[in-house]
Amino acid sequence: MIKVWFKSGAPWIWLNAAAVSICMLMVVGILGLVTGRGIGHFWPSQVKQFTYLEEGKSEKIIIGEQVDSSVTPALMAKSTGHKMADNEDVLIQYLIKSGNRDVTGTDFLWIEKRNVKSENEPDDLIVVERREWGNFYGRILEIKESGKTIASGSEAWPVLQTKIVETLAVFKEIAHLEKKEIGSINYNLERLRLNQRKLELENRLDESAKQQLADEKNTYDAEYKQYQVQLADLYQKIRRDVLVAEAENGVQVKIPLAKVVRVFQPNSMTVFDKICHYGAKVYEFLTEDPREANTEGGIFPAIFGTVMMVLMMSVIVTPFGVIAAVYLREYAKQGFITRLIRIAVNNLAGVPSVVYGVFGLGFFVYILGGNIDRLFFPESAPAPVYGTPGLLWASITLALLTLPVVIVSTEEGLARIPSSIREGSLALGATKLETLWLTVLPMASPAMMTGLILAVARAAGEVAPLMLVGVVKLAPTLPLDGNFPFLHLDRKFMHLGFHIYDVGFQSPNVEAARPLVYATALLLVLVIVGLNLAAIVIRNNLREKYRALEG
Amino acid sequence: MSEQIRTHAIDMSSVLRDKGNENNHNETCITVKDLNLFYGEKQALHTINMEMPKKKVTAFIGPSGCGKSTLLRCINRMNDLVDSARIEGQILLDNENIYDKSVNVAALRRRVGMVFQKPNPFPKSIFENVAYGLRIQGINDKRILEETVENSLRGAALWDEMKDRLNDNALGMSGGQQQRLVIARAIAIEPEVLLLDEPASALDPISTLKIEELINELKEKYTIVIVTHNMQQAARVSDYTAFMYMGELIEMGTTSELFTNPVKKQTEDYITGRYG
Repeated sequence: MIKVWFKSGAPWIWLNAAAVSICMLMVVGILGLVTGRGIGHFWPSQVKQFTYLEEGKSEKIIIGEQVDSSVTPALMAKSTGHKMADNEDVLIQYLIKSGNRDVTGTDFLWIEKRNVKSENEPDDLIVVERREWGNFYGRILEIKESGKTIASGSEAWPVLQTKIVETLAVFKEIAHLEKKEIGSINYNLERLRLNQRKLELENRLDESAKQQLADEKNTYDAEYKQYQVQLADLYQKIRRDVLVAEAENGVQVKIPLAKVVRVFQPNSMTVFDKICHYGAKVYEFLTEDPREANTEGGIFPAIFGTVMMVLMMSVIVTPFGVIAAVYLREYAKQGFITRLIRIAVNNLAGVPSVVYGVFGLGFFVYILGGNIDRLFFPESAPAPVYGTPGLLWASITLALLTLPVVIVSTEEGLARIPSSIREGSLALGATKLETLWLTVLPMASPAMMTGLILAVARAAGEVAPLMLVGVVKLAPTLPLDGNFPFLHLDRKFMHLGFHIYDVGFQSPNVEAARPLVYATALLLVLVIVGLNLAAIVIRNNLREKYRALEG
Repeated sequence: MSEQIRTHAIDMSSVLRDKGNENNHNETCITVKDLNLFYGEKQALHTINMEMPKKKVTAFIGPSGCGKSTLLRCINRMNDLVDSARIEGQILLDNENIYDKSVNVAALRRRVGMVFQKPNPFPKSIFENVAYGLRIQGINDKRILEETVENSLRGAALWDEMKDRLNDNALGMSGGQQQRLVIARAIAIEPEVLLLDEPASALDPISTLKIEELINELKEKYTIVIVTHNMQQAARVSDYTAFMYMGELIEMGTTSELFTNPVKKQTEDYITGRYG
């Protein structure tokens, strides 16, 4: 009976199906976990007020969001030093995000459920997102303008709303001035300094050149002064308003509005308000720079850096890999040596990526970059230009890492093109080169795209080599900006993969960072999926266009 | 017309050739002299000697693996693509040895067009397929291209079917249409010789009939060499027939003679169906 069952092939089919199911489960599991944890982070949860009484201590009030809970069996709880009554089976604990790091020193704490005497969600509790010290939880007392109280009590909330909008506008203006205008002046001043140094080194710094440089410098200085005045004005404006609030323990905290990102009362928000809030938070996450050691704010520089690096890598690896594959398949004499080369190329794909990182640092950065600096940028010494990790070296290192994939799939694509097509072209009097360019390469282009897709998938997820050749924790200036030459290949950049590592493992505030790890991971997956989808769409179009002959 | 002048240059000979044609209808176009071909150690063609007359259809017949396709592919040096192939002897096209070192292979193939067993259109539009050979020669003038494409498609009896679909992908056509497109592509560059390697073997009877009619029309302008394993087809379309067996040329003559009154016994056995 069993024999018949085995012979029927049914167990084999079941095995196949099971393998596929497990794969599916894992993919769905990963995506589900990352999505579930990542997406929830931006939702404004209710703020609770607990009356908390620990044994032997006086009653106190704790205000905060409940972010997690844990259930510990009594035996285990006892062994970790908790006093357990005989009738208690489990110890239930809540993790509370209570904020107010400037007041209490910590912004997360565990409390025990059995000590909670009462809990409620008063409407008047406010959450203040600050640029420093993390969130503030408490109650609004009054608003002060230049030291004078302009609103207090129940009037304070609406006044605060309008004030916040004004302050944020001013803040935006300041940021724009400092980053764009003054940043560009600084960039140009640095350029002038380098020019001067260059002329000095070349012994060409005569009086007229000096005069010209001085003139240019003076115009920039004048511009700078002008902006300086504007800035002073704006700073005075933004520092005028202060929010006075009361923390859970009754301490009065003065929060300058300049340091406030947003204020909200989660307990009195409607669902619609919450959705708006959520949208604003997600938008912030996607478009703003990080704050507070990367645990708050957005990750735009990391998204930008990742995409930029992958694009640069694609631009380098595709022509390089295709040309190598064409030689290997079309021109090289097929024999022992080509076989050896092919084996070597395939094995390169298996080399651990960190090895590529070490190679990139040792060869590209120090040797190549160092020599480029010596030859072309002597004026900026001792500060390195290309002799330090940066976007260019990271892209080249990853291009090297993904080169085997492109070579292998291009070769396969070339091998699949029927010889009848080549013969047809040659029979019309085309040379081998013309046949290659007009017929074979276009027909092999879907295979090249396949190689590129695999390369992008691999490169976008790499972290280890990047840590050595150009990725940093925080890079406030993007590698692409409005200052000539616009694309700054020598700059360091941020990367989503490294950002996950950094936020998750290097952060001083692990609890605050954890949800961001998931959100960033989700985004990394989405970015890779997006890049891949774009490549797949292109490939499918090419496939449709160059549909090969059957057989 | 002295032989000495003829052997000079290509362009010179083409002028002379046209003159000679008016006088001599049975002028030789291709001469094969003592041709041996080896694939590595194995000899595939044994000392072939034959002449193919101008503006006539010459058919190669014989059982599978007898070397008829290999011989055909020698005429436009397609065997150069096979690494292991080695050739001895000569093939003269208008009295010039095409295996001479000075010969430009691409230029030779422009003079000797070829159509393969399976239709092999490029994955491009019908227009671009026909214009391919011209574009390679650097001709990009739209007017010239359009004119040539129309003439070639008319020449291949495809114009009326395809004139409204010139920008469609050629791979969307039927097999018979594709084969005629490939012929149109070959005649677009105005070769002197057209090699057809079993052009109808992958086609249905109606398409085959069309191709055969086409061959009859094309021989007015081109010297045609056709390989076929279908003896009726050889009898229908060709003026001369060569029977090959085991890499050797057994017998060659006018088609009517070879089929009605073969000299060699092997030939008779083959055409009467006692062999193969």
